Amino acid sequence: MADNLLFFTELTGMPVLDLKGSRIGRVKDAALVPLDHPSRIDRFLVGSGDTWFAIRYDQVRSISLASGIHLSDEQITPYHEDEYMLRISRDLLDQQIIDVNGRKVVRVNDLTMEIRQESGRDIVAIVEVDIGLRSIIRRLLEGFLPPRWIRRLQQPIPPNSIRWEFCNAIEPDPHRRLRLNISYDRLEQLHPADLADIVEELSPAEREAIFETIDSEVAADALSEVDPKMQAAILEALEPEKAADIVEEMAPDEAADALSELEDETSEEILDEMESEEKTEVEELLEFPEDTAGGMMNTEYVSLPDTATVADAMAALRTNEDLLETLNTLFLVDAGERLVASVPLARLFVAAGDTFLKDLAAETLVQVSVEETQNRITELFDKYNLLTLPVLDEEGKLAGVITADDIISVLRRK
Amino acid sequence: MRKLLVRFRYHLLVFLAVIGPGFITANVDNDSGGIFTYSAAGAKYGYLPLWTLLPITLVLIITQEMCSRMGAVTGKGLSDLIREEFGLRVTFVMMTLLVLANMTNVMAEFAGVASSLELFHISRYISVPLAAIFVWFLVVRGNYRSVEKIFLFGCVLYVTYIISGFLVKPDWKEAAIYSVKPILLLDSGYIYMLIGMVGTTIAPWMQFYLQSAVVEKGITAKEYAASRLEVIVGCIMTDVVAFFIIVACAGAIYSVAPRDIQDASEAALGLKPFGQYAFLLFSAGLFNASLFAASILPLSTAYSVCEGLGFEAGVNRRMREAPVFYALYTLLIAVGAGVVLIPQFPLVRMILFSQVLNGVLLPFVLIFMILLINRRDLMGEWINPRWFNLVSWVTVAVMIGLTLALVGISVKGMQ
Repeated sequence: MADNLLFFTELTGMPVLDLKGSRIGRVKDAALVPLDHPSRIDRFLVGSGDTWFAIRYDQVRSISLASGIHLSDEQITPYHEDEYMLRISRDLLDQQIIDVNGRKVVRVNDLTMEIRQESGRDIVAIVEVDIGLRSIIRRLLEGFLPPRWIRRLQQPIPPNSIRWEFCNAIEPDPHRRLRLNISYDRLEQLHPADLADIVEELSPAEREAIFETIDSEVAADALSEVDPKMQAAILEALEPEKAADIVEEMAPDEAADALSELEDETSEEILDEMESEEKTEVEELLEFPEDTAGGMMNTEYVSLPDTATVADAMAALRTNEDLLETLNTLFLVDAGERLVASVPLARLFVAAGDTFLKDLAAETLVQVSVEETQNRITELFDKYNLLTLPVLDEEGKLAGVITADDIISVLRRK
Repeated sequence: MRKLLVRFRYHLLVFLAVIGPGFITANVDNDSGGIFTYSAAGAKYGYLPLWTLLPITLVLIITQEMCSRMGAVTGKGLSDLIREEFGLRVTFVMMTLLVLANMTNVMAEFAGVASSLELFHISRYISVPLAAIFVWFLVVRGNYRSVEKIFLFGCVLYVTYIISGFLVKPDWKEAAIYSVKPILLLDSGYIYMLIGMVGTTIAPWMQFYLQSAVVEKGITAKEYAASRLEVIVGCIMTDVVAFFIIVACAGAIYSVAPRDIQDASEAALGLKPFGQYAFLLFSAGLFNASLFAASILPLSTAYSVCEGLGFEAGVNRRMREAPVFYALYTLLIAVGAGVVLIPQFPLVRMILFSQVLNGVLLPFVLIFMILLINRRDLMGEWINPRWFNLVSWVTVAVMIGLTLALVGISVKGMQ
């Protein structure tokens, strides 16, 4: 163990000595001021009898495990509650934080800090958050055994820590969040499914805090991955406006599923806040019972006239870029918008630009009406090895598509 | 009218959606130990102890309600909250006690499995290992929802006690009178029995399990009204079952010749003269209750410990992701089932020891609960109203008193 490392459990209880070398108290807690510096301990809170003093980092001359904290300044001010301080013992220890890199929620046992030389004085900066058995032992023995012994005792246990840069504290109160400079920007980089897992671990208030602040598009992707019951709880808790922003970004079928879980009043409120185009789409889907083709389908598909060529198809795909990630089938409709054929997307790549799409169509056209039952649809997917199944309304017009991922969700729920 | 019907349907749906945690927790309270306590009371004192069931139900409801409320409002388990508000050291000590207490409880449950199946002439060397394997796989291979369904089915099987109570044809008039007429005898055996009955009503693990289950199920403050109803119905159902156990033993054993019984299977044998079915149902009920509790206790313990100490937990995780959780879970089952197979193992002493541990732990759990539930920063508008605080402090004081009395009796019994 390098000597410039210091655990928070060792910092607490450390004696603080003034210029003459006489002791004025022991460290009770320490605080960051995140708006000033993300990892430097800004204040040491020192208790002496009933009174607490706050010592700024620039009043410290030296810090070491062996001889404690020596001050360089006589001016010591009493401690006052300060909303810009993140107090480690009170606000961080034993609380849950998000490990952005490991994509999970963890509980803080202890902190590993580093003593550094900076313009002639020692400062302490947080390096890692400790989780796991090793830090539990440190916490349990803290105060009972001298730090040196504890360090030796913990030696055989492998450390389990997260770098401070990858830690994201969770703060439900928006004002405190600003003052403590906590944001969830980094969560936006996670895969939506991982973000959904993290969110499911948190308490309702913390969940809302995250969904309120992150980008609506990311929130929508993550929300689609969350358990339906929790989806409803989250949407209900958000302001209708924010909820509407998120629902708009969701795929229409998933948006409809989520809204159908809500009480009528709440889903009405959210729909009212939505843009008219998305709103109509979702409202149409809401009309269908959940376990029929109408309830399962979504309206994100690409259809072309049956006279179109491969070049037309390419042009159509370019204007539907946001669908490309999951698209695997194109649909051909006649002048009356009735479905005539489906074209597997991959066939486009081996055909010349002037080929008619009709000539590339799949040999059999499997389709269902909006009233078809869930069981029958699952059977069709299995029997014909489908990826996408077109759904027709009463007049035979293409109304939407059901994709294999919808079927997987249905099967998993059973 | 139609609107009313729609509203009713909505409420029914919400109720069905939250059903589970409260029912299961309350029913597991009637585990092999509980059945023995009630059987012994009925066999020795007949209908006299029935009046205690009313206060027992009340105490159960008051404590369970607080936990399910905390779970629904904060979205955190009880051990999570204790850790966050009272620190690691306190949590660690509590969790150590919880593991020890629950381990002995698990032993008692597997002993219940063994003795109930021995009534059907199945050797414990077959029944106990099979039961242990069943329990282990149930959770490791299942997910929370399917496991909960199996547990709810286990709750339904308690109906066997109600039927066997009827089959014995007890004196219903007496049963009705003594259900509401408190009788206090200045007989040390009677007082011990009363203390035992009330003292075992709340076990520390129940509070942890209930709150975690409410959280796991995703019940929110909005659905809380339905969840509270579920807790109340569950507690009442549990004590209805207890009523029938006492009545069956009063009718079958006490009215023939009052006597002390040594374990619950002896009570089942006592029902034999009243027909094969009464006996079969009573024994099957004991088997169900033991297996049911043996499934829940290790799971609940592993959950609470991992939540509190910050290890990954949950049946939805793989073994590699949550090693501590699975190790603890497996250990509890292996030790709990294993010792039952050791000849000459001092099981009765271990069970008394677990009473002592429970008794030491319970005051802390209850006091922490009331402190937590009165924190406005955690509970917001859902903190205890003043009258409820008064009721719960009184309840807690009485429970602590009775539990400590039980500890005294158990310690005496261990010597």
